[in-house]
Amino acid sequence: MRAQVIGASLVAVVVLGLVATPASAQEAQAIRQDIDQLKRDFDTLKQQYDARLAALEARLAAIQAEGGQPSGQQPTPTAEVPPGAAGAGGPTGSLPVYGGAALGSKVFNPDIAVIGNFLGASGRNTVNPNPALRMQESEASFQAIVDPFARADFFVAFGEEGVELEEGFVTFPTVPGGLLMKVGKLRADFGKVNGLHNHLLPWTDRPLVTNNLVAGDEGVSDAGISVARLIPNPWIFLEATGQVFRGDSSSLFQSNERGDLGYVGHVRGYQDITEGSNIDLGVSYARGHNDAGIVSGVDVGRFRTTLYGADATFRWRPLRRSIYRSFVVRSELVWSQRDQFTGLERAMGWYVSGNYQFARRWFTGARIDRSGQAADRSMVDEGQSVMLTFWPSEFSQIRGQYRRTNYAAGSTANEFLFQFQFSIGAHGAHPF
Amino acid sequence: MKRGTFTTTIAALLLAAGPAWAQGKLNVITTTEDLASIAREVGGDRITVESIAKGYQDPHYVEAKPSFILKLQRADVLVLVGRELEIGWLPPLIQQSRNARIQAGADGYLDASLEAQILEIPTGQITRAMGDVHPLGNPHYWMDPENGKRIGKQIANRLSRFRPNDRAFFELRLADFTSRLDVAEKRWLAMVAPYKGTKAVTYHRSFPNFADRFGLDIVGYVEPRPGIPPTPQHTLDLINEMKRANVKLVLVEPYFDLKTPNAIGRATGAEVLVLPPSVGGVKVATDYFKLFDYNIDLLVDAIKKSASK
Repeated sequence: MRAQVIGASLVAVVVLGLVATPASAQEAQAIRQDIDQLKRDFDTLKQQYDARLAALEARLAAIQAEGGQPSGQQPTPTAEVPPGAAGAGGPTGSLPVYGGAALGSKVFNPDIAVIGNFLGASGRNTVNPNPALRMQESEASFQAIVDPFARADFFVAFGEEGVELEEGFVTFPTVPGGLLMKVGKLRADFGKVNGLHNHLLPWTDRPLVTNNLVAGDEGVSDAGISVARLIPNPWIFLEATGQVFRGDSSSLFQSNERGDLGYVGHVRGYQDITEGSNIDLGVSYARGHNDAGIVSGVDVGRFRTTLYGADATFRWRPLRRSIYRSFVVRSELVWSQRDQFTGLERAMGWYVSGNYQFARRWFTGARIDRSGQAADRSMVDEGQSVMLTFWPSEFSQIRGQYRRTNYAAGSTANEFLFQFQFSIGAHGAHPF
Repeated sequence: MKRGTFTTTIAALLLAAGPAWAQGKLNVITTTEDLASIAREVGGDRITVESIAKGYQDPHYVEAKPSFILKLQRADVLVLVGRELEIGWLPPLIQQSRNARIQAGADGYLDASLEAQILEIPTGQITRAMGDVHPLGNPHYWMDPENGKRIGKQIANRLSRFRPNDRAFFELRLADFTSRLDVAEKRWLAMVAPYKGTKAVTYHRSFPNFADRFGLDIVGYVEPRPGIPPTPQHTLDLINEMKRANVKLVLVEPYFDLKTPNAIGRATGAEVLVLPPSVGGVKVATDYFKLFDYNIDLLVDAIKKSASK
């Protein structure tokens, strides 16, 4: 409106000017140019106002749609969902608004999700038998931004033996010095598999090397402080992580005095090879007091365990067909040095695993395992597995795994393991 | 003449804004190539722009690669599509970027959807029985040039906040972008005007804004539900529905498998078109204008072809 008044007055002044002084042809030309310029300015102004008005209208429509509709009123046109073909699915027409009035009280609730992990086993295993059917874990996650400086993540695992805080930590993403800092209960950054929650594994179980040398399902997981920094260099992604823990991780590390802390270090290098393939390498270190020297509750031996790890991952996923095809091959090696009454025991273990996605929802994979035992390196277990995974959707997964294990104790286990996994609630990040 | 005036003005501004050069170029990272193209239009040579996702990949399923962390670490401004399009991969990248400028809520974090017109915002209870629905509305809103202008405006405003001395430069470039887009949009609308109301089926719900603007009537989807691959029963239903409603167009995003769409095409006599929803989706769609040029040409040719059958 104001723009129109200004525009009109300017035009009027120019016209008056024309009438008042008889102009030469040249002057007339100049004036015409001025008028043209004014018109253009006026048009630009009009466009800007129109755009602003349209944006405001869009915002108003969005606010109305989010704030819920009073009864009897039609939903705003922008909020309507087109009906689609028969069987096309998706919301159609207007739907009831549940809890709309109380929306304000919920907006700061964290993102909540629950992932169920159901495992089945058949076949014979005398060394490490799992129950035929079990609800291994239901993991509830609560994640939100704390304030402008931090976010928090809680993962509570409801297992068959009880409830456990699997992880619960605060992350400060922008600590001065380019550090990423985490404080709380954490799965340690030792290798690749140790950091993964059960539901993110590409297998139904954990490799033998994890079970024998890196504390099994629970892994190196403890209350501690973690700092990670990117190491600037012109060539590759390089990240160094240092972590200090209380020193208690299952039977692997056991702290008997306040000073018996556990330490973990990890360096990760990553490089894209092409837009669809990359290589990811890491070396890890972990050290803490072990339970070998404990005699009737007193740590007389004061023995320590040191772990060294190396991991390598090659990934391939062609971008144009990224939802249909992918291939990941990964290997981890772990060396364990465990001080005990009989002296320093050095054991070693590794696995190599490959997973190939051959359709949008189908994956196949294989794994080869070999590992000594931390307390006795001569006891070497070996295993081979093949698996097939189907994803009905991004939120559920069905997996079967055939596993053959030659235990050092002498027996061989042939098992068929299967898994149902299902997730409800907030959409989590895809694992990488 | 207009072009000349524009260049002269830019030159004058360049002289006037000399000190701004001392600050260096703003480093803008966008999640998609569409946003990158619009940012380039508005920011010109005062910024550097790079996109994380490629136009020919599915923007829902980008991998959170560490190399993207390095890009984000150096970013001054991050422009994202929003509406949960990037929910599977962007949050961990931002968190690991160690960059306070682009954390959610910071000045360098620009959700381009905030001023755009968003369609398909569910008004009531939604569940995952509907598939991978976007609870905040359809995120493919950049496929309407009117939203392109709104995105441009937001980017110009945000860039100006970081470089107040360059405000006039960004606003001029925005005005130029907007007016060129106005002209182009008129041309595109004129091209499709004779075919208003043409019925079509799309693979995923990527085209509601495009269909709305250019008069297409989307009557179904190859996916039975968002994110769920086609099932035989749904494909049969869709074929019957297409025959009944006489639908002669199937539009497929470049990153989806063509097997089912081609089967539907054979069964119904419909044309199957690979229609890129993003800049870079096909080689010739190198910027925001060429994306629509390509798509409108393809669409009009296909409609003409099916009409002459």
